[in-house]
Amino acid sequence: MMLQQNNVLLALDGVSLAFGGLQAVEQVSFGVTQGTVKAIIGPNGAGKTTLFNLVSGFLAPQAGRILFGGVAIQGRPAHRIARQGIARTFQLVQLFDHMTVLENVMVGRHRLSRAGLIAGALQLPWTRTEEKGIRQKAMEALEFVGLADRAGQPAAVLPLGLKRMLEIARALASAPTLLLLDEPASGLDAVETERLQDLILELRRQGITTLLVEHDMGLTMEVADEIAVLNYGKLIADGPPRAIQKNPEVIAAYLGTDWQG
Amino acid sequence: MTRLRFLNRWVLFAVVAGAIAAFMDQDYYYTLLNFIGIHTLLVVGLNLLLGYAGQISLGHAAFFGLGAYTSGILTATGGVDPWLALLAGLAVSGAAAFLIGIPALKLRGYYLAMATLGFGIIVYIILNEADSLTGGPSGLSGIPSLSLAGFAFNTPRRLYLLIWILLGLILYISANLVNSRTGRAIRALHDGEAAAESLGVDTFRLKLKIFVWSALYASLAGSLFAHSLNFIAPSSFGFMFSIKLVTMVVLGGMASIWGSLLGAGALTVLPELLTVFHDFEMVIFGAILMVVMIFLPRGLVRGIMDLYENRRYKRQGGRISV
Repeated sequence: MMLQQNNVLLALDGVSLAFGGLQAVEQVSFGVTQGTVKAIIGPNGAGKTTLFNLVSGFLAPQAGRILFGGVAIQGRPAHRIARQGIARTFQLVQLFDHMTVLENVMVGRHRLSRAGLIAGALQLPWTRTEEKGIRQKAMEALEFVGLADRAGQPAAVLPLGLKRMLEIARALASAPTLLLLDEPASGLDAVETERLQDLILELRRQGITTLLVEHDMGLTMEVADEIAVLNYGKLIADGPPRAIQKNPEVIAAYLGTDWQG
Repeated sequence: MTRLRFLNRWVLFAVVAGAIAAFMDQDYYYTLLNFIGIHTLLVVGLNLLLGYAGQISLGHAAFFGLGAYTSGILTATGGVDPWLALLAGLAVSGAAAFLIGIPALKLRGYYLAMATLGFGIIVYIILNEADSLTGGPSGLSGIPSLSLAGFAFNTPRRLYLLIWILLGLILYISANLVNSRTGRAIRALHDGEAAAESLGVDTFRLKLKIFVWSALYASLAGSLFAHSLNFIAPSSFGFMFSIKLVTMVVLGGMASIWGSLLGAGALTVLPELLTVFHDFEMVIFGAILMVVMIFLPRGLVRGIMDLYENRRYKRQGGRISV
């Protein structure tokens, strides 16, 4: 199957990966339309995070293709994929703890700047201009997530909710075409989750395409334009939230009785 | 604001170093200061690798030795101009680091430590055994002093000028580096390699770059060492010296440029102050390494800064991850 419509930003085509005898992802195909929010849901161990690692290059599929803007990216190293405009966050927040909040976000500008080791060491005049730009864009990203007043603090001292926001700001600083959010609401309280929801919707208004893995069904239903459901590594449903809610296979596999209430 | 404070440190460095040159006239102290300067060069380089990038090298004495011996052999035996020999030393050490780094930096933690340790031992054995080239265990003598436009750096006081001016420049360059785009990427890969990769940082390539860069510092230090003493022997470049360098980094502070000066200074002066130190040198270095690692794992400078900063943020209500 070939998903090659113009408005499909990311397309998975028969992607499979097994760890030893465990088929973590099996023949998964779906597309993410430009400018939309797509969510991947499924029970624990359904292969959601594995799928994320495949798209972001931390794992290479054993079969199938992953097309980003029509170009096959499967199996490329993570930093190459990042440079093409796919940014991600991690299920367990991964910040640079010994750097300040601002510096964390400045690293996000890495792919869009070019000062190398020697240019930086000698502080060539053009690197100062570049540095100013990096700082400014990083501050903008911090303001966007509401962390500007924390800019000078070490990242390690932030509470979890703000750490998640910082990780998103860092990803956004890289001006991604596609943003991957791995369970961004886990560990957040109700207020924080609501802020996250507003943030994702604001990003969509700005035209950023988002693919997210999420356990919080309330959040998922609010923000997602489309939902893909995984179970035991297989795609069992793919469509708009309403269709997913009514899909009997999804209800049996995942939503269960909880969903009815 | 911070910019100004930073600038003042450099002014302070220049003023103190200049005042020493103006008012002190005992060769012994200049000799000691020159050793501190050379050790600091090594320690800053190792700190970029160990403290900032988080990659261990237990073979840094080998790059120091490669610089010293390339300079020594080319000038004493080959009659090459000392400055050219110094550049040749940089090329040799850089190339060695590049070749060793490619396989070694694919390794992590203990394995990287073992690989660099092995490299250090191999270089040490070669320096001892290739006596037609290196003079073997009895050393290589007749190394000329460096000179610039007829001004020979052949007394401790003159060498002091050369070494400390170079050191000031290297410290400045290093401080620039850690606060540049590449410096941030280096610190980022230390804290989270996956996260750095996810932002487009080619972590392997960057580790290799900083490994080579750090070897260049060691090589420069080695060449200065050879031209200062006019004599070198393999015993200066053994495994124990690599361990001493790590101890200096750890004591002064991981990821601290000024801490490097402190660590190198303290552990160069201490053995001179305490003669008893001499017989138990390795025991005391080991004890220092152990105590600092247990109580201030990021070293004196960084450790105390962290304590201060964390207390400040705790007061503001932030939480601290230990």
